[in-house]
Amino acid sequence: MWEYTEKVKEYFLHPKNIGEIENADAVGEVGSIICGDALKLFLKIDKETGKIIDAKFQTFGCASAIASSSALTELIKGKTTEEALGVSNQDIAGYLGGLPREKMHCSVMGREALEAAIANYRGEKPPEVEEGKLVCECFGVTDKKIRRAIIENNLQTAEDVTNFTKAGGGCGKCIPEIEKIVQDMWAEKAIKKTVKPKEKLTNIQKIAMIQEVIEKEIKPLLQSHGGDVELIDVDGNKVTVSLRAMCTECLMADVTIKDIEKKLRELVSEEITVEAE
Amino acid sequence: MKAIYLDNNASTRVADEVIEAMLPYFGTLYGNPSSMHTFGGQIHRKIENARQEIAELINAEPDEIIFTSCGTESDNTAVMSALQSNPQKKHIITTKVEHPAVINFCKTMVRKGYEVTYLPVDKSGKLNLEDLESAITDNTVAVSIMYANNETGVIFPIDEIASIVKSKGVMLHTDAVQGVGKLLIDVKKLPVDMLSLSGHKIHASKGVGALYVRKGTRFSPYMIGGHQEKGRRAGTENVASIIGLGKACVLAKKYMHEEHTKIKALRDTLEQGLLESCPNPRINGDTEHRLTNTTNISFEYVEGEAILLRLNEDNICASSGSACTSGSLEPSHVLRAMGVPFTAIHGSIRFSLSRYSTDEDINIVLDRMPKIIKELRELSPYGREVKAT
Repeated sequence: MWEYTEKVKEYFLHPKNIGEIENADAVGEVGSIICGDALKLFLKIDKETGKIIDAKFQTFGCASAIASSSALTELIKGKTTEEALGVSNQDIAGYLGGLPREKMHCSVMGREALEAAIANYRGEKPPEVEEGKLVCECFGVTDKKIRRAIIENNLQTAEDVTNFTKAGGGCGKCIPEIEKIVQDMWAEKAIKKTVKPKEKLTNIQKIAMIQEVIEKEIKPLLQSHGGDVELIDVDGNKVTVSLRAMCTECLMADVTIKDIEKKLRELVSEEITVEAE
Repeated sequence: MKAIYLDNNASTRVADEVIEAMLPYFGTLYGNPSSMHTFGGQIHRKIENARQEIAELINAEPDEIIFTSCGTESDNTAVMSALQSNPQKKHIITTKVEHPAVINFCKTMVRKGYEVTYLPVDKSGKLNLEDLESAITDNTVAVSIMYANNETGVIFPIDEIASIVKSKGVMLHTDAVQGVGKLLIDVKKLPVDMLSLSGHKIHASKGVGALYVRKGTRFSPYMIGGHQEKGRRAGTENVASIIGLGKACVLAKKYMHEEHTKIKALRDTLEQGLLESCPNPRINGDTEHRLTNTTNISFEYVEGEAILLRLNEDNICASSGSACTSGSLEPSHVLRAMGVPFTAIHGSIRFSLSRYSTDEDINIVLDRMPKIIKELRELSPYGREVKAT
């Protein structure tokens, strides 16, 4: 049983923007029925402004694949193609309040479909035919894709690479090779720790990031002490949370709120203030 | 909301009678059955009574039954014992569709110098017994073939398998975890050397299993320690669960006819209903030789986890062979061995019934399923292909 957030469940049970767009300006198709998930993304783009005025999808896949596809369409609508390319797989996962680690590849699939669609719009060849050495034969994953996932998601282990790209999740024959890629990349110090973008965040990006930080950084910490926290509202830079479970009886609740604020300031924006409901 | 539980090949509801039988052993009757005093020693007699009850279900002798902690332990113990009893031979035969408790055990044995033959199955999940016969060599130490498949319900002809294997003098183990309690098994007539069964598949609790070891079979214990189970399986007995397993076996015998009447009728209604109401279904597995409680149906171009989670909204419990539900990223090894096409393998759903299943359960599934399949196909980029066919 996967631990899906309420948002994932909502976007799976009542997905937004499903279907095809007739005469779409861009179509991006990734995955295959053999791999067990596939996503076809349709975009309607305003030629003058370059803005994505409509986005729809069709997905064959599990709950998180469907939810990720739907979240992607919500995230990119109204953006220019250039802005849309700034949407990362973490943004998709963050929008959904996080995905189980093993399901992160669903968010990566969303990001890939987006790139494929925009390449299609620009008349470029789709990125998946880029050269690279085939590492995982089961799921057709190249070293290039693996390296990119490692950089973009700060992956430290072969298991993580499998979670994000599916590589190594089949027969497992390529796991030693994946381990070596991970080790080499970190050993070369070819990549610096990912730093949060310094440019101004859109509201939606900010909310998504706040959700992600709460889900991934704060909740696990509180839950390990029998507590919990729920994000109630984000109004500009004012974040309202509600402490749950053991936290409600805790004398240190104020300190906890300050800690949450500190974490959000560090990872999202310096201007954030946090209040308890 | 009451669960509509159609996942009985995964685990079953503990029967009320079983719970009642177990309770005293969580309370006042906590003594150690190995103790000299009456307080503990009296429990020993209860365990022997349970052993008798289990033996009766498969027509074995009580001292041919060894208690274990689960089906997996029974399987591991059986194969390991065969290997250790005959260490000069290094070849194991099993099938491509076994439970991981046997398949993965065999895989680890490859690293210890064993050669393993995994017998293939055909499209309907059946073995070719000629393959088995020709696979057996002078070097073959053990054959382990399941009685009935957990995913498809396909029943293997263990009697024919046994006569082939025994005519060559090789040790035969059968993982009968899905067969015991559902099928009439008589080890007096079926010449297997060892047979595994599990408590929680037959309305007993989790954490208890048993291994039948035919009298005269060379046996080498897997768990080493005290003298429990006559030195064949060390470790203080899981008393309450063992008592419960005994009770569950009595009940299984009592209700066995329902497997072929009530449960089969419900399964057939469910299967027929789904075949009629959902376009492009396919049944996985040989419908002639199949457990009467199981149906494994693929709905092409939709993904199993998505179906399961939609069913879950109505509290309907089933399972799937799709990659997303397997824990690894690969879909069911059983369906792949049968050559089920990928268009169907990811959308496979298993419903497995029990004597607690009702008409109402089946009606609710038949009401919900067509809508779920239709909506997920509309969402799928391959949905068009269903319309085209």
